[in-house]
Amino acid sequence: MPEFYFESLSAFWQMGGYALFVWLSFGSTYGLLFGLWWYSQRSQNRILQDLAKKQSREQRVRAQQQQEEEANESKT
Amino acid sequence: MFKWLDPYAKPETLYRICGLWFPWLMTLAVLTLLLGTVWGLGFTPADYQQGDSYRIIHIHVPAAIWSMGAYSSMAIAAFIALVWQIKVAQWAVGAIAPIGAVYTLIALLTGMAWGKPMWGTWWVWDARLTSELILLFLYLGVIALSGAFADRQMGAKASALLAVVGVVNLPIIHFSVEWWNTLHQGATITKFAKPSIDPSMLWPLLLSILGFALLLAALTCLRLRTAILLNEQHRPWVRALAQQSDQKGNVPQTNAGRTV
Repeated sequence: MPEFYFESLSAFWQMGGYALFVWLSFGSTYGLLFGLWWYSQRSQNRILQDLAKKQSREQRVRAQQQQEEEANESKT
Repeated sequence: MFKWLDPYAKPETLYRICGLWFPWLMTLAVLTLLLGTVWGLGFTPADYQQGDSYRIIHIHVPAAIWSMGAYSSMAIAAFIALVWQIKVAQWAVGAIAPIGAVYTLIALLTGMAWGKPMWGTWWVWDARLTSELILLFLYLGVIALSGAFADRQMGAKASALLAVVGVVNLPIIHFSVEWWNTLHQGATITKFAKPSIDPSMLWPLLLSILGFALLLAALTCLRLRTAILLNEQHRPWVRALAQQSDQKGNVPQTNAGRTV
């Protein structure tokens, strides 16, 4: 198993003077990847709920129409 | 010849397979990426010329490789959709494109952050950098075209066509470092020779490459599931699924009502 390369944790954070560039790279990479996963997961979670809502709305509209038709028929 | 593939093109079957695979692929991807990153950041020696700045390689190279890998798979799916009119292949194009675009953006951003300390500039209009930027525009074009037509079928066809035509950019990216004088270095591992990198640095790099591949597969599964539901929303099996999820969502509330 390889050993920890840096002498201390603060040396690790400093990255031999390249801290800005190394942490900028890793930060933006994992930020973007996490954002992509979060967005995709959210759309997947929402879609079935949205479809269920749409369906119940359709059902309500259909029931309403049927009621109106029946009311009209009884009038005539 | 491809008879055995037929059932997998059925949206409902593919939806279930993707749902089955996604948790495993995602778990493996996260573990592999975590291991590769920790190993590459803290447990490999610094480069003798570039010091610790070279550690950016552990995300730059995997992102760049799979920005092209994602494009190839997207283009193959687009080709299948255009030639054999297979719906799920068309939806796969839309599922992969944003992932590829993010990978390309990562390759460009990490390349800039690596170029600044090593080359002294964030950006040059060099063959490798420019062709990779064109790859990003191709992805954005594929995404934009699919939503640019009032007729959804028409948009899908146009974006698939662009995806297929854009393949010419892939060899240009790969060989740009050989064909032109560029600031970018030549291939280190993607060549038919011994990798010009020390094994102590190669292993975490290979892990990261595997991790990015697994993540690409996992996210494709996830996004393809959403696309399947969206496009099949009027089919009975999706309607049944939606109703099920609605009932599931309501169960805790009714139970709580009963106990009070």
